[in-house]
Amino acid sequence: MAALSMQLRASYAFMERNFNLIKRYWTWELVWLVYSVSDSLAVSFIGLGMGVLSGGGAAAPNINTGYLVLYLLIGTLVWRFLSQIFFWITDLINIERWEGTIEYTLMAPIHRITHMAGQTFFAVIYSLVFTGVILGVTALVFKIDLSESNLAGALVVMLSGSFSFIGVGIMSSSLPLLFPERGAQMSNVFIALLLLISGVYYPVSVLPGVLRKLAVISPATYVLEGVRKALLDGTPTIELWKNIWPVLLMGLALIPAGLWVFDIAERYAKRSGKLHRNG
Amino acid sequence: MEAIVVDQIYKKFGKPAEPFWKRILKGAHANGNGNSGAAVQKNGNGNGAAPKPSVTVAVDHVTFTVQQGEIFGVLGPNGGGKSTLIRLISTLLLPDEGKISVMGYDVVRQPMRVQERINRVSVEASFFKKLSPMENLLYGARLYGLDARETRKQVVEILTRLGLEKRAIFSPMEEMSRGMQQKVAIARALLSRPQLLLLDEPTTGLDPRSKREVQAIVRELREQHGTTILLTTHDMSEADTLCDRIAIMNSGKVIALDTPQGLKALIPPKDSVETTLEDVFLELTGKKLVNPEEEADV
Ligand SMILES: Nc1ncnc2c1ncn2[C@@H]1O[C@H](COP(=O)(O)OP(=O)(O)OP(=O)(O)O)[C@@H](O)[C@H]1O
Ligand SMILES: [Mg+2]
Repeated sequence: MAALSMQLRASYAFMERNFNLIKRYWTWELVWLVYSVSDSLAVSFIGLGMGVLSGGGAAAPNINTGYLVLYLLIGTLVWRFLSQIFFWITDLINIERWEGTIEYTLMAPIHRITHMAGQTFFAVIYSLVFTGVILGVTALVFKIDLSESNLAGALVVMLSGSFSFIGVGIMSSSLPLLFPERGAQMSNVFIALLLLISGVYYPVSVLPGVLRKLAVISPATYVLEGVRKALLDGTPTIELWKNIWPVLLMGLALIPAGLWVFDIAERYAKRSGKLHRNG
Repeated sequence: MEAIVVDQIYKKFGKPAEPFWKRILKGAHANGNGNSGAAVQKNGNGNGAAPKPSVTVAVDHVTFTVQQGEIFGVLGPNGGGKSTLIRLISTLLLPDEGKISVMGYDVVRQPMRVQERINRVSVEASFFKKLSPMENLLYGARLYGLDARETRKQVVEILTRLGLEKRAIFSPMEEMSRGMQQKVAIARALLSRPQLLLLDEPTTGLDPRSKREVQAIVRELREQHGTTILLTTHDMSEADTLCDRIAIMNSGKVIALDTPQGLKALIPPKDSVETTLEDVFLELTGKKLVNPEEEADV
């Protein structure tokens, strides 16, 4: 019992530390927010652009630009949410390597799962708030009407999907332990591949054969589809279950797999002296 | 009771002959090859297509024990293996051979038990540079399950004692000098009240007054809390006045281990000038090495 409360307290260390870091780097957070908002707006404007390009609907009268805008906007928001979680968790080791504190954190009497839990909880809260702000700004610009949408259902789908991104995040957070110089950059590859195959800005049915098959194993595919159903069609939460169970199942497999990979990487780093940069 | 038992510890660094993923496939326990060569630099046996492994033996079959409440010094030239030894004791490196136990717990099999009881100060003060000492130390303290309010009080107490201004405690670390950062590093280690404190050149970069303050704290820890201290230093007079016993490491081996008096007795005084620890250091680690076998088995 005492041990458990000690671990809980320790996991709060990471939340508090990250919060303090954000406070100190607030200008950077602001810049990042401006970037993300304009990115979401730019992508969503493609929806309006499609209407103009098709001759104001004359050439393709079926184009509903309002629907297109919302379709693309949902893509950018869900993607921002999931990739933000991924990047915060991936940074677990890298940030401390960069600052030089990694040895102190790894010699503290805490379970690695405590460490991950703190970082993960922070990542989810941060990403929710961050995405919420972008949603607020873009909703003002496009005067989106969400009165017919199932907002709660969309949130449930996104949170369920976050578990598998946590798993993948944990896995790739161990890369800097294996490759001290380039490990952090390698995680960008993961995210770029997922962006391609998950149907963020287009239905996966437009993808060619192999890529379309890969879409099935990407958790983001299910999340995006589920959130679109909830927001565009107002599908009730119960019927979203079809999109929820696959991502929960993937999370159930990916989180332990992530921890397992991390454990191997940590032992490798401790055996080969890769934890610290300067001998 | 023994605080540290180091038994035949061997640690080498270098490119493994196989990449890590091959070793993972073969199982996570890729152990040292048990090759107890004495050479510091070993080159591969030219084994066909395999990449040539270039190996550094950092700690070479080191054995010693430290009693509880002892202040134990480790001296040696740059690259002698002191920091590697400290990392092995603090669970940050896994040994290739041998055993280490701290307060009766094995560092490889019971790392958490060991971690709860130790803390460490390294040469390079390692902190989040944009965070203040208070924020950094609060983070460190929480990792040990310490109460935040109590910690805040103690941080101010310890840091003002070490001569840090109150204002500095709440400004980013990057605005502080190296010596000031080192003091914060020492405070971080003290906060968790370790039974064993590992100090890797704790006074390097400190001015003479701060140096003495740190030395006084080290003595006080031992006297008031019975803390065991293992420290490395390049300051011979510091080692002389502070340590109960001193091990001298060269090329990964312990080449002498005795009390400061005992070590000085090894070298006959020249021109009736008293031998200093520095004389002993230069003599033992110099090119004209005394027969290592004679000194090693103490
Ligand atoms: N992580 C590492 N990877 C590869 N080699 C290492 C690593 N750490 C230490 N070494 C090597 O091991 C040897 C011992 O290094 P160590 O840092 O233990 O020496 P030291 O006695 O602490 O020296 P100094 O007085 O300069 O601090 C050196 O040859 C060093 O290059
Ligand atoms: Mg060193």
